[in-house]
Amino acid sequence: MRTFIVWMAGCLVVPLMTTLAMANGWNMPVGVTDVSREIHSLHMTIFWICVVIGVVVFGVMFYSLFRFRHSRGAKSAHFHEHTLVEVIWTAIPLLILIGMAVPATATLKKMYDPSDADLDVMITGQQWRWRYEYLGEDVAFTSNLGTPRESIRGEGERGEHYLLEVDEPLVLPVGRKVRFLLTSDDVIHSWWVPDLAVKQDTIPGFVNENWVRINEPGIYRGQCAELCGMDHGFMPIVVHAMEGEEFDSWLAERKEAATQEAQGVDREWSMDELMARGEQSYNAVCASCHQPDGSGNPPAFPALAGNQALMDDRERHIDVVINGVSGAAMPAFRSTLNPVEIAAVITYERNAWGNDTGDLVQPAEIAERLAD
Amino acid sequence: MAPKLPLHHPVEQSSTASAGGQASAHAAPPRGLMRWLLTTNHKEIGSLYLIFSLTMFFIGGVFALVVRAELFQPGLQLVVPEFFNQMTTMHGLIMVFGAIMPAFVGLANWMVPLQIGAPDMALPRLNNFSFWLLPVAFTLLLSTLLMPGGGPNFGWTFYAPLSTTYAPPSTTFFILSLHIAGVSSILGAINIIATILNLRAPGMRLMDMPLFCWTWLITAFLLIAVMPVLAGAVTMMLMDINFGTSFFNAAGGGDPVLFQHLFWFFGHPEVYIMILPAFGIVSAIIPTFSRKRLFGYASMVYATASIAILSFLVWAHHMFTVGLPLAAELFFMYTTMLIAVPTGVKVFNWIATMFRGSISFEPPMLFALAFVVQFTIGGFSGLMLAISPADFQYHDTYFVVAHFHYVLVPGALFAILAAAYYWLPKWTGHYPNVKLAQWHFWLSVIGVNLTFFPMHFSGLAGMPRRIPDYALQFADFNVASSLGAFLFGASQLLFVILIIKCVRGGEKAPAKAWEGAEDLEWSVPSPAPLHTFEHPPTFHRQGE
Repeated sequence: MRTFIVWMAGCLVVPLMTTLAMANGWNMPVGVTDVSREIHSLHMTIFWICVVIGVVVFGVMFYSLFRFRHSRGAKSAHFHEHTLVEVIWTAIPLLILIGMAVPATATLKKMYDPSDADLDVMITGQQWRWRYEYLGEDVAFTSNLGTPRESIRGEGERGEHYLLEVDEPLVLPVGRKVRFLLTSDDVIHSWWVPDLAVKQDTIPGFVNENWVRINEPGIYRGQCAELCGMDHGFMPIVVHAMEGEEFDSWLAERKEAATQEAQGVDREWSMDELMARGEQSYNAVCASCHQPDGSGNPPAFPALAGNQALMDDRERHIDVVINGVSGAAMPAFRSTLNPVEIAAVITYERNAWGNDTGDLVQPAEIAERLAD
Repeated sequence: MAPKLPLHHPVEQSSTASAGGQASAHAAPPRGLMRWLLTTNHKEIGSLYLIFSLTMFFIGGVFALVVRAELFQPGLQLVVPEFFNQMTTMHGLIMVFGAIMPAFVGLANWMVPLQIGAPDMALPRLNNFSFWLLPVAFTLLLSTLLMPGGGPNFGWTFYAPLSTTYAPPSTTFFILSLHIAGVSSILGAINIIATILNLRAPGMRLMDMPLFCWTWLITAFLLIAVMPVLAGAVTMMLMDINFGTSFFNAAGGGDPVLFQHLFWFFGHPEVYIMILPAFGIVSAIIPTFSRKRLFGYASMVYATASIAILSFLVWAHHMFTVGLPLAAELFFMYTTMLIAVPTGVKVFNWIATMFRGSISFEPPMLFALAFVVQFTIGGFSGLMLAISPADFQYHDTYFVVAHFHYVLVPGALFAILAAAYYWLPKWTGHYPNVKLAQWHFWLSVIGVNLTFFPMHFSGLAGMPRRIPDYALQFADFNVASSLGAFLFGASQLLFVILIIKCVRGGEKAPAKAWEGAEDLEWSVPSPAPLHTFEHPPTFHRQGE
């Protein structure tokens, strides 16, 4: 008898927990696009179907366990096999499934129609950051984890958006259809923002498509969903959705800034300028593997501080940053960073942490090599 | 028709040449370590498999507890992300290939010959070889943790190119160990098929066999079909890593998604390899303790076969977000949903068996009942995951982790525990201690649900799997999961104590240890002597 009370209690606890969870908004988010709403309603439909089937099936089971106990002197019946019953319990689930497949098919067809987009955004996964490129607009930037490493190690405060904050969010217009083209520079990642109901793998060498039309302005957060190595847990996504006009002026501003940066390639940069710019880019792009103090993480990620081979061979250093190391984890940065950033990073690596080679690498030199 | 227990052994020697012929050829067996190294006895090899699997279960469990300890609260406290990834990967590999699969092979070794009235497995020396490959494979696999760069850190699904171009140097050893474990599985499967098809007691047709034999026969065919695909995929990895090919490298004209197609063409049938024998076990235990025949023997066999066939047609439901064409997406959604039908038939059958039975709650029955409930919960979340549009939200989150742990832990593992409790009297001659078993059961049930139920919520709320640190809104769920995991892990120590006590002594069990048990294994003495059915028994069909 005690057994049954515990079992029945268990049966009550599960739905109770479920209800509590739903009430507190720990369910799948409804999201802010038409597709995300449809997905949420599919999710709730199939969930309630499961709950109803569960109540019936477990109901009969626990009734039997309680009613037909040996200890109560129950004598077993001898029936077995009954064609009609067996046909019914095959047919009913089949009908339920067909009923479920129809709306699911309709939603899926919508999700697979990225045509007539107003804006194309290329999303490139990189270990361990995202690169966004507004195609045809000459605007591109990388988006890195904004949470300082100290707070991950417990040496600093953890803010409300711990691990879900970035240095530069992806900015998108509300009410326009945005097509995403997704690829990767290294391993497979997966770009996922729950409120947009977009989760699409980024695969090196291939381009995937997805799309979104956001209904409400706001800030939406997500994460990489596919295991992509050491810092898989530390490449968040932040989407800042703004009204169309606001977006247009933001985009114009970014275009202007990009033009200025391009002009900076031709001028002579001083050591101090390059070091400052280099430290900034290094910490955003290189530090996750080679560490902020250049100590690396051997054997996969060699130390840069005190690395004699690096200090001795300026040419190879430039080549490795531009073209990567084939067959190893070091990616090519030729299309990820602009010439100013590449020159600054190399200058920084050759002079920081006591490397002190005194070498200066000018953006113009890099631009020349990239043009080859 | 269900088989009926024959209580007598015929004295006359079988007229067929194969059975019983070896009986007189046994010389005095070697003693000590050599006895176990050289044994060709199905019971001894079965015990070796079970002990090996229990050992791996604890090693894989410790890895899981490292993961859960790190996830107890936000931030990185105990391990660095590289090691965290090795722990999740090794936990999965060890549990799938080292704990669950060998446990079922061990049960098959012990019980298939006893259930069909065979003197031993059909190929005893091969049997010895397939077991001893396993310690080699897993020693090699575990040793990668000590190599420079660490062990496998790319998840148990080892997607390329993370597992090729970007993998640690030890990956070649990981590939070799999977090859060895795969050979072991294939040889074991061949042996089981040969035994079942050739060594059944005279008069026992396939449709007279206990369901455990049926589910294992079908599982063995699945193994033979898909283990070579895994071997092919890892060999292609080996070539990509060491010999400059580009099967999975887009820069050389290859395709990373090809790896996933190959892996899941193996991987999905593999999932059923880990659950079909569990169906067989539960189909034996529920009738025994309901004191009533299984409701639909034939429909159970057909449902098992349907699940096995469908398992080859659903693999890409693991890949809904890789960018499949719409037609493929729809095809795999429909076939996946279809699996719910034969699975439902099984659950309905078990419940119809209990209905108007005479039910008692011995430890094997407790675990079997918990299996039915919790496996069904795992089935429900599986049905939700089958809905492809919704899967774009569920995929690669803790919702998936919750789903497959519900089918594997309170599913496959509970069935294995139920089987152990059910057959321990046959193996040791003693009943397991009931009080201890009940403690083990209730702590396990509470631990399992405390661990895995909150994962549904953390997944729906947006927590991706395989991350060493998480955003603050997931903290409460993770506290619950971690506490549950430690409770569950600790309560498995009770099981070890219980087994040791049961081997040493306890209430003596008769040949037919359970009142309602009907299969052939209950006709031999408890404990089962080293050699049984040296003369094939006469099989009686119920009603004849």
